[in-house]
Amino acid sequence: MAIRQGRYTLMLPSRPVITGSAAVGAKKEGEGPLGAEFDKIFEDATTGEATWEKAESALHREAVIRALAAAGASPSEADMIFAGDLLNQCTGTTFGIRELDMPFAGLFGACSTMSLSLALAGIMTDSGALRMAVASTSSHFCSAEKQFRMPLEYGGQRCPTAQWTATAAGAAVVEAQGDGPHIEAVLIGRIQDLGIKDANNMGAAMAPAACSTIIDFLRDTNTSPEEYDMILTGDLGSVGSQLLLELMQKQEGVDIGGVHADCGMMLYDLNGQDVHAGASGCGCSGAVVCSYIMRRLKAGELKRVLFVGTGALMSPVSSLQGESIPSIAHGVLLTN
Amino acid sequence: MSITDKEYDKMAKKAAPPSPKGLNMIKAFLVGGAICALGEGLYKLFERLGVNEDGVRALVPITLIVLTAILTAFGVFDKIAKHSGAGTIVPITGFANSVVAPAMEFQSEGRILGTGAEMFKIAGPVIVYGSSAAVVYGLIYWITQR
Repeated sequence: MAIRQGRYTLMLPSRPVITGSAAVGAKKEGEGPLGAEFDKIFEDATTGEATWEKAESALHREAVIRALAAAGASPSEADMIFAGDLLNQCTGTTFGIRELDMPFAGLFGACSTMSLSLALAGIMTDSGALRMAVASTSSHFCSAEKQFRMPLEYGGQRCPTAQWTATAAGAAVVEAQGDGPHIEAVLIGRIQDLGIKDANNMGAAMAPAACSTIIDFLRDTNTSPEEYDMILTGDLGSVGSQLLLELMQKQEGVDIGGVHADCGMMLYDLNGQDVHAGASGCGCSGAVVCSYIMRRLKAGELKRVLFVGTGALMSPVSSLQGESIPSIAHGVLLTN
Repeated sequence: MSITDKEYDKMAKKAAPPSPKGLNMIKAFLVGGAICALGEGLYKLFERLGVNEDGVRALVPITLIVLTAILTAFGVFDKIAKHSGAGTIVPITGFANSVVAPAMEFQSEGRILGTGAEMFKIAGPVIVYGSSAAVVYGLIYWITQR
């Protein structure tokens, strides 16, 4: 049963195990620095489907099935799946997993969904309510552009702070027992908003949320950044990462520069792949954590990773109405 | 110490890399100029083919629009426009692209509420405010020249 430590952190004494995980992506993700880490790369971003939305659902389903297979399980064995994505009403997820016949808890955490789903799967497994839970998320560049920005063939210019929505999905299977990395503690974040309105600069909008969650976690657990092999943010990109380091210094006098990494800066080659400030989208941290990070934890190359998924909670309507961008970050302490 | 929205805004502006404005302007000027030169060339060509002046004035933009529509459909236009920015948006090519691109994108939502309704998503405001400006201009002209 989870034990509250400090104000916001929940320690999971049974240390739920991530017994299997999988990441799938498309051609651009396959060509990035983490290309070889993916379990499957779809050379065609349509995945053979008629619409971009169906393609995203196919990615999601593929990741879930592969993660379960890696855990040696079938969909019918899972007690619950926690999942979500960026599309309206989270159809990327629901249409993808509708045939899998699993109890489903739909989540919206924007790009923080991987950390939110892992956290909830961890808490529920630790409590004994679930024996096996799945945490998953997806995003697709084309379906996201269509919903949030301009049509694909529109001849516009992207600004240097813009990030590239990953065409990818990640899934992890969390069990009470087994072999694999552990979920040691989780922290459900608080919404932060420092007034950024530019939907083309989501890194800047999300950095304050990451800062607050990291600070809360370090304070609650009475630890310092040096005690982690990595403090991994979701998708702040180059602009947001720089702002996070500055905020941590200015607000709390804490320097995480030595251990900080960001999934948004790892997925693509920032200079060679024309992605401006880096990657974003639920699938970005979903894929990086469920492939590269899990493998390093399993191999013992990483021992303690504080994964802080970040999400910008705006909609196309709120942006048009001139609202600022509230953001969120959830922390999950992964250990080997 | 907590940071105010104003202070953070300053930090965010400082952290944001600037657009390469000089280079963008040069590329926009060259591509925009090339499109205008192409228009001029078409004008001369149609004239030489014996089309009368009214015909030429209609045929030149039509040719540029069709050309843009084809380049958009083949996924080439956005690759050029990524570099040239206003150089391709400002001439009639930009207008044509902004109609064809959403028409293609929303095909999956059907011919009526997809392609039909979304086609003028970007170009619609140009038509609304363009015609409104024409009305205002017409009124001023009518009042002052009467």
